[in-house]
Amino acid sequence: MSTTTTDLDALAAALRAAIGADRVITDRQELRTYECDGLAQYKVIPALVALPADAEQCAAVVRACVAAGTPFVARGSGTGLSGGALPRADGVLVVTSQMRDILEIAPDDERAVVQPGVINLAVTRAATPHGYYYAPDPSSQQICSIGGNVAENSGGAHCLKYGFTTNHVLGVELVTPDGDRVRLGGRAPDAPGYDLLGAFVGSEGTLGIATEVTVRLTRLPESVRTLLAAFSTTDQAGAATSAIIAAGVVPAAVEMMDALAIEAAEAAVHCGYPPGAGAVLIVELDGPEPEVAAQFAQVESLCRDNRAFEIRIAADDAERALFWKGRKSAFAAVGRISPDYIVQDGVIPRTALPEVLRRIGELSAERGIRVANVFHAGDGNLHPLVLFDAAVDGETVRAEEVSGAILDLCITHGGSITGEHGVGMDKAKYMPRMFTDDDLDTMQLLRCAFDPDGLANPGKVFPTPRLCGEVPGRRKGAHPAQEAGLAEVF
Amino acid sequence: MPADRTLDQLRAAAEVVRTAGEHDTIDGVPARYVAAPRDTGQAAALLRAAAALDLAVTFRGGGTKQDWGSPPRRLDLILDTTALTGLVEHAAGDLITVVRAGTRLDELPATLAGAGQQLALDAPLPGGTVGGAVATNTSGPRRMLYGTVRDLLIGVTLVRADGVVAHAGGKVVKNVAGYDLGKLVTGAYGTLGLITECAFRLHPLPAAAAYVSRAVDDPAEAGRLAAAVRAAQLVPTALEVDAPAGGPATVTVLLEGTPAGVTARAAAARRLLGADATAADQPPDGWARYPWRDGDVGLKLTAALSGVPRLLSDARAAADRHDLPLALRGSAGVGVLYAGLPGASDPERVAALVDALRAATAALGGHTVVLTAPAPVRDRVELWGPVHGLELMRRVKQRFDPDARLAPGRFVGGI
Ligand SMILES: Cc1cc2nc3c(=O)[nH]c(=O)nc-3n(C[C@H](O)[C@H](O)[C@H](O)COP(=O)(O)OP(=O)(O)OC[C@H]3O[C@@H](n4cnc5c(N)ncnc54)[C@H](O)[C@@H]3O)c2cc1C
Ligand SMILES: Cc1cc2nc3c(=O)[nH]c(=O)nc-3n(C[C@H](O)[C@H](O)[C@H](O)COP(=O)(O)OP(=O)(O)OC[C@H]3O[C@@H](n4cnc5c(N)ncnc54)[C@H](O)[C@@H]3O)c2cc1C
Repeated sequence: MSTTTTDLDALAAALRAAIGADRVITDRQELRTYECDGLAQYKVIPALVALPADAEQCAAVVRACVAAGTPFVARGSGTGLSGGALPRADGVLVVTSQMRDILEIAPDDERAVVQPGVINLAVTRAATPHGYYYAPDPSSQQICSIGGNVAENSGGAHCLKYGFTTNHVLGVELVTPDGDRVRLGGRAPDAPGYDLLGAFVGSEGTLGIATEVTVRLTRLPESVRTLLAAFSTTDQAGAATSAIIAAGVVPAAVEMMDALAIEAAEAAVHCGYPPGAGAVLIVELDGPEPEVAAQFAQVESLCRDNRAFEIRIAADDAERALFWKGRKSAFAAVGRISPDYIVQDGVIPRTALPEVLRRIGELSAERGIRVANVFHAGDGNLHPLVLFDAAVDGETVRAEEVSGAILDLCITHGGSITGEHGVGMDKAKYMPRMFTDDDLDTMQLLRCAFDPDGLANPGKVFPTPRLCGEVPGRRKGAHPAQEAGLAEVF
Repeated sequence: MPADRTLDQLRAAAEVVRTAGEHDTIDGVPARYVAAPRDTGQAAALLRAAAALDLAVTFRGGGTKQDWGSPPRRLDLILDTTALTGLVEHAAGDLITVVRAGTRLDELPATLAGAGQQLALDAPLPGGTVGGAVATNTSGPRRMLYGTVRDLLIGVTLVRADGVVAHAGGKVVKNVAGYDLGKLVTGAYGTLGLITECAFRLHPLPAAAAYVSRAVDDPAEAGRLAAAVRAAQLVPTALEVDAPAGGPATVTVLLEGTPAGVTARAAAARRLLGADATAADQPPDGWARYPWRDGDVGLKLTAALSGVPRLLSDARAAADRHDLPLALRGSAGVGVLYAGLPGASDPERVAALVDALRAATAALGGHTVVLTAPAPVRDRVELWGPVHGLELMRRVKQRFDPDARLAPGRFVGGI
């Protein structure tokens, strides 16, 4: 697909006519603002940026792209960590930041209806006065958009108990890759037909653009209690986690940090975690007061049984916030102890934690690359922070090797190459390690049903662009599209 | 006996094929062959052969819900999953299990209870299979806390119409790699492919449970009580209303948790529901059962939560207008009600009532679907009602089953 300058001029004119000149960016300097998302190592300046005001304008933009045969990429707040919103040099970036209205908060229906650009935390802020909140809480909740959350099926510290975006999104209105506006699901549960809504959530902008989202609101819990337990080793903290789960307790959150992650957090935000800890667990319980009281005592004694050398219990919201501050700032904090780092995101069955952490330690020692571990221990979602210094010869390559080896470990243990950050551009090449050609071809059938011309966020998620006309089946060697020079493999 | 080349060819794919007997019909449509594969590999070989022979195929689990949806337009082969059984894995420490699709749902509790765990899907009458429950996306009372099949299914193995085997999801709860094809085949009535293995997330078995019930005269009052329960801090596992035709209604709240917690919350629930509320440790009659029997008309009505009281009274009023005894039962806490009518009801009147219910549910953001009905009623009503995104659904079906050989005509819009 090659778009010439004249084609682009014509497309820009069509977009201006459709949504107004002030909503179309063509100035190269301004376009540069959008050259990457939260994964800054990939940068591409988009050919054009469109900022539609509403669903109809969004559909008009997509229709103009379809007419011109130009690819388009949706972008919410651009906080994605897998390069999902990386623009195409020959394409239009459709930014939802002007679609930020909360259309409705309906506590009686336990629903909110929002435009896609609405910030995650804004939904909770609007619902709280009614006694409700929006449960999925990615650490980026102060800046990421609901549209981006839907596209990534985002999770957060509390999804161990409350589930992910997919469990809380009840309806979407989307613009399909051919420019139609379609409603899936909505206010009532179980709309008849295929669960296309379920398939759309987590599709990373490759099945269309969400223009309106209906989310479930969750009752604010009566009681919340949080403890911080310090252990000498991650093995002990892991054993405590397993013991809690085995006891039939489902905490709202179980988060773990290892010594290096604690060191980073201390350097950055002085959270005052117990000195000498080789691992810290944050366990939060919420729910009706009598349940929380009974289970909290149980969690506390299970932590002691597994050799926690110090346990702190948050006396109030301020103390709870302090416990969480270290955890929530860990990603950014490693910047204090390392010039460069990779945030990895992989998942393993929880029971494999000790073994996998040990192996990560070995990899780290073998390759001379430090790895700080911060993760959602309750559901086995690891976020190893792979530290390196790009100025040192060969370190970047070794860091990438360690990072990749960690993903292989996840796959070997029956886990996943991503638990919440998505595949995007960054992990497309790992998809064939987790899935067979047949698995990927089958996913492609869905893609082709939505997007026969492959215009919606092409090149993301799937390693090899496949053409929708061809018969799916086993292939050997280079993809025909690749051989014909029509597409490249990432 | 004349040679049957088709049978030979199917047998060459896998030995497990026989000619159909008189009971091998799908909703009245006779089949020519029945095959009962024992593993995914045999199922794939059979579906490849069926594709090569252009045979129309319908999947059968326990056969308990074969009268749901429309009968297939065309049928040659029944692919029966009752030999495709067994637990592949139960990783208790990870709270997951992997089971083959033909496994009976009612066999799982005993298997999992040993580890103090459960697959939190409601126990149906004996015979239904895991694959059938996924394919019809059935749900019962406890969906209020645990969600439905779609929320609990974390990985799936499918065999496509062309015999290709595909996996999606996996064995970890948190996984966002690739499309969630498990959701796509949940509730698809076997029109996109055969489900051969399912991975589910499990939940701990609660230590204690209490059912707090209160009888009310007016169904709308039941709806109002339900709203009060939701607004309180009870965190119910289920919130059900049961309104049989011509009798008083009952609201029941299921509370689960620690013994001390359940005692305290049950007391709070009784205060909330009113003086004559009762608490029990066993479910009331009819709990987790549909309000109809074999051969009856079974409907599913949905509404936005705030519309449940209105739906209860509108549905009752419409039934009275058409002089039909409508039994209502369902999850007032999530906005899903089931309704039953005697199978012998006059089809014209049933059709008129279905129209009225469609109008009532549509006004509340929901739908009315006829899940099952005797043939004379089916001839008069459209089963599914309006479906959003039908065009996209047709395109999905076209990609997965281009020759329309999997249960053709069974699903929405004649898919
Ligand atoms: C510090 C930090 C912490 C984070 N913590 C978490 C965490 O705890 N959990 C977690 O899950 N993620 C986390 N993330 C990742 C990121 O915030 C999420 O993936 C988020 O959902 C992205 O939202 P966004 O609006 O920024 O989307 P973008 O980055 O703009 O886009 C992400 C993807 O969504 C697509 N997209 C955006 N809008 C739409 C739309 N309307 N319709 C269709 N597709 C669309 C894009 O094409 C792209 O593929 C974190 C990121 C940062 C920087
Ligand atoms: C509260 C509640 C109450 C219930 N009450 C009852 C009841 O009273 N009686 C009762 O029988 N059931 C009841 N059920 C329903 C029952 O759980 C499911 O409908 C049942 O499991 C269907 O299984 P089956 O094997 O009999 O499916 P079948 O009837 O054989 O098939 C149902 C549909 O699924 C398709 N299908 C079956 N297996 C597969 C597969 N492996 N892959 C793809 N498609 C497939 C079939 O083609 C068909 O379209 C109840 C469920 C709930 C939640």
